[in-house]
Amino acid sequence: MSPPSPAAPRSGVGADRLFQLVTVGAAWLVLLILGGTAASMAWGGRLAFETFGLKFITSREWDAVSGNFGALVPIYGTIVTSVLALVIAVPVSIGIALFLTDIAPRWLRGPIGIAVELLAAIPSIIYGMWGLFVFAPFMAVNVEPWLNDHVGALPVVGTAFSGPPIGIGLLTASIVLGIMIIPFISAVSRDVFNAVPPALKEAAVALGSTRWEILSRVTLPYTRSAMIGAIFLGLGRALGETMAVTFVLGNAHDLSASLLMPSNSIAAAIANEFTEADTDLYRSSLIALAFLLFVVTFIVLTAAKLMLMRIGRVQERAH
Amino acid sequence: MIVLRRKLADLIALVFAAAATLFGLTWLVWILWTTFVEGAAALSPSLFTEMTPPPGANGGLLNAFYGSAVMVMLALAIGTPLGIAAGTYLAEHGRHSRLAAAVGFINDILLSAPSIVIGLFVYELVVRPSGHFSGFAGALALAIILLPIVVRTTDEALRLVPNQMREAAFALGLPVWRVTSRILYKAAMSGIVTGVLLGLARMAGETAPLLFTALNNQFWSANINQPLANVPVVIFQYAMSPYDEWHSLAWAGALILTIFVLGLNLVVRFFARRGNK
Repeated sequence: MSPPSPAAPRSGVGADRLFQLVTVGAAWLVLLILGGTAASMAWGGRLAFETFGLKFITSREWDAVSGNFGALVPIYGTIVTSVLALVIAVPVSIGIALFLTDIAPRWLRGPIGIAVELLAAIPSIIYGMWGLFVFAPFMAVNVEPWLNDHVGALPVVGTAFSGPPIGIGLLTASIVLGIMIIPFISAVSRDVFNAVPPALKEAAVALGSTRWEILSRVTLPYTRSAMIGAIFLGLGRALGETMAVTFVLGNAHDLSASLLMPSNSIAAAIANEFTEADTDLYRSSLIALAFLLFVVTFIVLTAAKLMLMRIGRVQERAH
Repeated sequence: MIVLRRKLADLIALVFAAAATLFGLTWLVWILWTTFVEGAAALSPSLFTEMTPPPGANGGLLNAFYGSAVMVMLALAIGTPLGIAAGTYLAEHGRHSRLAAAVGFINDILLSAPSIVIGLFVYELVVRPSGHFSGFAGALALAIILLPIVVRTTDEALRLVPNQMREAAFALGLPVWRVTSRILYKAAMSGIVTGVLLGLARMAGETAPLLFTALNNQFWSANINQPLANVPVVIFQYAMSPYDEWHSLAWAGALILTIFVLGLNLVVRFFARRGNK
């Protein structure tokens, strides 16, 4: 509701105009920042786009000495780590949301909910350090040799799981990324589950449904589009996550089918190389990478928001 | 038979949900445990009295703490009023307008946008034209991280204020700006403060937007027009280095950063919860 004009405007008209101008200006600023970011990335990356054209996306060569830049490896690394992170995070997050809405005793829901939210509040650089000093060695000693011996020999999937067990690589990065997005997806899923009208669940209970049947036949079908929104929100976070991935991905510009090999991602390449980029073309190529990342995350987050808007007043959360 | 199968499926789902929750909490405990053990071993008074050292020497993080504090405060000073103003437009002046709908939508995207791209934006906007990295550029990047958080929480907090309060105030003949500043902001105060404090916690740990804006500075500097040391970037550089002394300083910084961020989150959530009851 827009407030009605005050009845006694004597001392207020000028101040009111000013106040309104300030708030409108600040609102425009939000649009300007997003638009300005897109425009400045496009402008900064134009040299790379002009020089390489479509080859910028399809070429795997990334050679700072000869000045040849192709973004295939970082794009590949970004997609593989984000998708694998979702594979890990989505079932776990649905489990956590189910536990928090329907299973846990009431007194336990608050504390566990806060604990999961704390997981989201830990700065990503802490995840990165823990990944580098603790989790990567753990993977190298305990997990990757086992994968090599047992999964690596299998046909088809074997290639993805054989390689040197060094701990740094696509698999480790994906797992760390998966852990990081669990709290985002599970917090939104919990809110979405809570938005299911109680009458629907009660009706299912009255028919004698078990809790699993309520989840699979009432809650999930009712919340389908919002759940996809929650997953896309997690995907948007995963695509742009920088520090955690930079620590454990290895910054290698090689294309490899093995998940155990070091690779690169868009955000990690920018974080590692931008301050060392000594030519205009090098710097422009990194900004062009940022432009691609920005466009893709914008599309993913827009889709997420649109699907979340469908389910009433459930809103994505800042934390 | 069928009943048994349905009960079994239910049991499996329950066990899975409990296991998923345990799985999520395990990482929290593991990460915090590591940070506390490694960080506590590296804590010493010199952390707060000495500057960041060259490779292989002992030192502290005093300049980094100072730089972080300066940039975060500056970002708060820039981002908070702008965020409150934009949030006021969304909830008050522009409610139901198309501009407000568009801004609300874009604001949520900005909330989740990759922070490294924000850093590059400020690089192009400030660092490249001015020709040097600076603490001011870092603060600006952090303010852009803070802005959407404050916009969102201000909007939500103002919408919770009952309409009768606005009507009563207008009936007294007060102009809009006084109704908003003297009455609505007061009623929405705890929500807005919660948002600003959560934004503060988020900014304190942000690393990616500072890499190309504030950069880092090994020495004491109080000049925000120069590269400025800050805790996250120091942790990043020291952790990636091959030196043991730098590693333990990075862990000490990580511990203090974690305590600050999680502590602030816990306190804010505790008070927000009590306020709601």
